[in-house]
Amino acid sequence: MSTNISATSSKRWPTIQFNVNGKTRMVKVPPMKRLLDVLREDLHLTGTKEGCGEGECGSCSVRMNGELVNSCLVPVMQAERADIQTVEGLALDGELHPLQEAFLCHGGAQCGICTPGMLMAAAQLLEHSPHPSMAEIREAVAGNLCRCTGFIRIFESVAATVAPQNASPATKLTTEQTDHAR
Amino acid sequence: MSTPTTTRIVGASVPRKEGVDKLLGRACYVDDIDRDGMWHGATVRSSIPRGLIRSIAFDRRIDWTEFTIVTAADIPGENCIQLIVADQPCLADGKVNHCEEAILLLAHPDKHKLREAVGAVQIEYESLPPIFTIEESERQDVVVWGADNLLKSFLLEKGDVDSAWARAAHIIEGEYRTGAQEHLYIENQGVIAEYSAKAGVTVWGSLQCPYYVFKALRPVFDLPEDKVRVIQAETGGAFGGKEDYPSTLACHAALLAMKSGHPVKMVYDRMEDLAATTKRHPSRVRHRTAVDHDGKLLAMEIDLATDGGAYATLSSTVLSRATLHATGPYLCPNIRLHARSWATNYVPYGAFRGFGAPQAIFAMERHMDEIAAAIGIDPVELRRINFLHVGDTNATEQLMREPVILDQLLDHALKESDYHARRAQFARENPASPVKRGMGIAAFYHGSGFTGSGEVYLNSLAGVDVTPEGNVRVLVSNTEFGQGTNTILTQIAAEALGIDYANVTMAAPDTGVVPNSGPTVASRTSMVIGRIIERACMQLLALLRKDTGLGATFTPDEFFAACEHYRAEHGEVRSLCRYEAPPGIYWDDQRYHGEAYGAYAWAVYVAQVAVDTVTYSAEVEDFWAVQEVGRVLHPVLAAGQIEGGIAQGVGYALYEKVVWQDGRMANNQMTNYIMPTAEDVPPIHVFFEEIPFQFGGFGAKGLGELPHDGPAPAILNAIRDATGVAFNSIPLLPEDLYLGLAAAQPAEETAAR
Repeated sequence: MSTNISATSSKRWPTIQFNVNGKTRMVKVPPMKRLLDVLREDLHLTGTKEGCGEGECGSCSVRMNGELVNSCLVPVMQAERADIQTVEGLALDGELHPLQEAFLCHGGAQCGICTPGMLMAAAQLLEHSPHPSMAEIREAVAGNLCRCTGFIRIFESVAATVAPQNASPATKLTTEQTDHAR
Repeated sequence: MSTPTTTRIVGASVPRKEGVDKLLGRACYVDDIDRDGMWHGATVRSSIPRGLIRSIAFDRRIDWTEFTIVTAADIPGENCIQLIVADQPCLADGKVNHCEEAILLLAHPDKHKLREAVGAVQIEYESLPPIFTIEESERQDVVVWGADNLLKSFLLEKGDVDSAWARAAHIIEGEYRTGAQEHLYIENQGVIAEYSAKAGVTVWGSLQCPYYVFKALRPVFDLPEDKVRVIQAETGGAFGGKEDYPSTLACHAALLAMKSGHPVKMVYDRMEDLAATTKRHPSRVRHRTAVDHDGKLLAMEIDLATDGGAYATLSSTVLSRATLHATGPYLCPNIRLHARSWATNYVPYGAFRGFGAPQAIFAMERHMDEIAAAIGIDPVELRRINFLHVGDTNATEQLMREPVILDQLLDHALKESDYHARRAQFARENPASPVKRGMGIAAFYHGSGFTGSGEVYLNSLAGVDVTPEGNVRVLVSNTEFGQGTNTILTQIAAEALGIDYANVTMAAPDTGVVPNSGPTVASRTSMVIGRIIERACMQLLALLRKDTGLGATFTPDEFFAACEHYRAEHGEVRSLCRYEAPPGIYWDDQRYHGEAYGAYAWAVYVAQVAVDTVTYSAEVEDFWAVQEVGRVLHPVLAAGQIEGGIAQGVGYALYEKVVWQDGRMANNQMTNYIMPTAEDVPPIHVFFEEIPFQFGGFGAKGLGELPHDGPAPAILNAIRDATGVAFNSIPLLPEDLYLGLAAAQPAEETAAR
């Protein structure tokens, strides 16, 4: 396949329009391009991660029209006119989403690579089941692999989100509170 | 349990330093980095386990002028990845010694064009006979490494084993095996490299040890120190898997960058990562043990062998740690331990959490239950009567000077798990139930930091500085990859300096910025580096008091004013310290004798397992982990380390099997290499006993690797308790359980089922 052929075919690529984190976005890309790659490469939303590329690990989980999907398995043409939420759309007005705050206080994130997908799976659960049992929490994140935590603190973080009396009394954390040198 | 000194920040579960970035999805991992004009790289690999390369041809359907192609001939310096033994080429030159060995590199501006191009490079080989087992390697009929296939051996002797057998009431023998295990960090290996004649090589990568990569790049490119720079990007899990492999990957990407004139990104996909990168060493351990009438250990003879794979890489040091953990936390007067690591034609095995200890401890702790069964005593009591105590010596005749509280840990674990009552209950219920339950126990220690004189040789340099903007920065090459380095070291600095946690940051993990404080391995960061940071902070306060008149107590404003005063006089505010060995450390590397580790963490783990005799599945139903790891610096992070390590240990015992086919990993996908999911992990109950260690950072000892040591033997001991059948090999999958249980049943019963 030479560069010329790609250049010719790029003119035939359709424009695909969808909504990401409340904003209308248009991309002109191969229709079979993975939604994951469109988010990361074309829209520069690199919060969504690739772990396996075959729908096993859930690191690329995003919410699409109210469903949790593995964005590595979604050709972008299927996202035409869809409503998509990624990890970048969780925090609102500079304030951490309650799930993000709970993950921070309860050790739900270690290396952080599964965290965006894990947060989306947890957000999906809480939308449909505002007061989930521990069994529901386990099931909700069972499609998201974490190699660091052994999942225990992820369960606790999700549970703490809906049980504010258990949450750490830490001061309200904002997205700007990131005293990190890098 | 002693009372720790009162602290403000150490011991508190402050928010993870880089946590907000990770939760917002803005933490920058290597695949999130884009450089101007960046190309992408890919690797053409060996398809055979051993042979000579006869020809390399390029299929004409590809326009190769678009690609940069690198072979061994393009290497400006030495074709060798520097680690311990200089035996591993950066790119195969004429011969290959394992499947997936890198032969040729390609780069192109469009990463989507690389896959087809890799497939269009045709390599012809003349095959040579490979070897795939420890036994084949031992026979030396085919020699694939050095003169005799032996990568490394150790002989450790204590007392007089040969005369002990005659006095034994019982002699118990056993053979135990462990399989390869994948790290399965969720972020695959990846780097970006740039090259210019002026600046030399710069590498950003997902890695544990920036100075290891630095050390590997220099000879390959024949560059001086100031022309090589390595920067760790945010790293999505490592577990030892990013200790040595990133050196190879960095050299590859940098060779492509040099030849193409572009920055080059190489990020493996999951299949390539699983097939081509390191795994935990498989092992075979044979025990022969003499005990007296009461079950007291009289003598142990241990033959420990690991499969090292095709090149030496870290096999010698993994074998060392296996050797030093092989006799468990027990007092035995007579020991002979012969440990050998053998070469085969697999992808080289490497570092993985525990670093040989999980293999050796699996054998020892499984064997303890077989000894207990053979002489008819309770496995708990067998352990108790043989535990080390203060004043005893272990296998290397290291005197136990620091507190040893194994009895207390054991009692705590028995109480929390209600061990005896549950065991009795299961013994009553099992005969009438198709689901057999059992309780299993493992007792063990894990040495913190480098072995023997290792920390002295490393001579780590670390410290703090204060920027003109009023940030205190921790200067270390120790990296964050989930385990909490950033948080722990900034806690220590803030505590020691008497300022707020928010005022302390980590300097970029960049060899152009931070000193070499050694690798981020061996459970050394909190204990060894934490202590150096604590000392460097005390040194800084002393300087400020002497030069600026800073008071004995001070406000943060006074502290920073003193720093500015000091800066005006000295130009910078910087305090570095080198490692200082605790007093009385003596180690003989030839005899494997002396103080093997500066400190040990101790633990007793209990597993409750259910074996379904209809489906032959084994499920860990509950798990208790009681440990003494010195001072706990951050309770949430510490518990998270223990829980995560136990989950990996559950996978090691029951799920994770690397399937080999002619030297290649056949199940190199997450679809068929199975790790525990959220539905598979048991409830994990974590307990810490705290005895501050005076030579560790604010009393810490190492804890990162410890939790991988105990689960596998505890789980298989529980399966023995449940079924009465001894399983001596992991991973133990349902098909293995079926075979073992079927073989143990009387013939007529098998027929009736």
